Amino acid sequence: MAKHGTARDDRRPSVGNLRTLRGKSDSGSPASARADALDRLIHERLRLGIVSALAVNDSLSFSDLKKLMKTTDGNLSVHARKLEEAEYITCTKSFEGRMPKTEYKLTAMGRRALERYLDHMEALIRATRER
Amino acid sequence: MASVTPLHRAPAPEPPALHVRAMDNLAFIRDTMEAAGSFTAVSGWGMVAVGIIAAIAAAIAFAQHSAVGSIYVWVAAAALAPCVMLWAIVRKARRAHVPLLAGPGRKFILSFSPPMLVGALLTIVLYRAGVVDAIPGMWLLLYGTGVVTGGAFSVRVVPVMGICFMLAGVIALFTPSSWNDIIMAAAFGGLHIAFGIPIARRHGG
Repeated sequence: MAKHGTARDDRRPSVGNLRTLRGKSDSGSPASARADALDRLIHERLRLGIVSALAVNDSLSFSDLKKLMKTTDGNLSVHARKLEEAEYITCTKSFEGRMPKTEYKLTAMGRRALERYLDHMEALIRATRER
Repeated sequence: MASVTPLHRAPAPEPPALHVRAMDNLAFIRDTMEAAGSFTAVSGWGMVAVGIIAAIAAAIAFAQHSAVGSIYVWVAAAALAPCVMLWAIVRKARRAHVPLLAGPGRKFILSFSPPMLVGALLTIVLYRAGVVDAIPGMWLLLYGTGVVTGGAFSVRVVPVMGICFMLAGVIALFTPSSWNDIIMAAAFGGLHIAFGIPIARRHGG
């Protein structure tokens, strides 16, 4: 698996040209600006991985996600926090016996963001083929 | 002596085209979903239900007076259990919005089915040859083989369960045939319930 970036990677130009692939009609509108922001949020590899993994599971614990993403505690919690702040995922903390347990779930908004992201990627590939 | 550094470095490689990155991203999403899908491929509660069916079958099989009668009971249970398991898997896949025949699910079915098919054929052969006592051991061995091979694409506990079934099969083949129903109850009943509950709790149902 590819190395996951740190939280600082958010500043890198990410999908960047997604707006061009989505068509010109809605560019510049507040909705498109918001969509672009959401795309950037989900584009980062580790966050994309978290959302993708949660899309096929009811919920996953912090340790499940950590194993799956092969990342560190700190890196995972930073990226999960960003997704939580965007309301893409929810985080529930509880105790299993005496052990603290953190569980993540994908929200409807997060699922829509992933679907939109998949649409973006497919549109980009389609646009290249049609050229 | 000081080292000489060329003023003009070799040009950096071209960044990958957008569509290449898009394909890479889609592949990453698919791979992550497949890897994470192993959390959901097998239904733990389905296994518990199969274990309960096996426990009931064992109780009925005990009451039979012949090995053939006992085999009939287990064949009936073997016909019912996959239907219950399939229902549980479909339900779990729908709840998690996972396509059933994609990724790990497809791999599991492709790996699990051949030993089951062989088991069904050998059952007919051994029944016709009158070697009924060997059937439970053969079932356990082949079921365990299917679970080990299918479980290679699932969470680690699944192939471990398969190995336990194979061990039970070996025990059934090399112990008196009067023990067959007990071993079948312990394996198909006990192992399914014992492994099903933690799978259901830890891996989404």
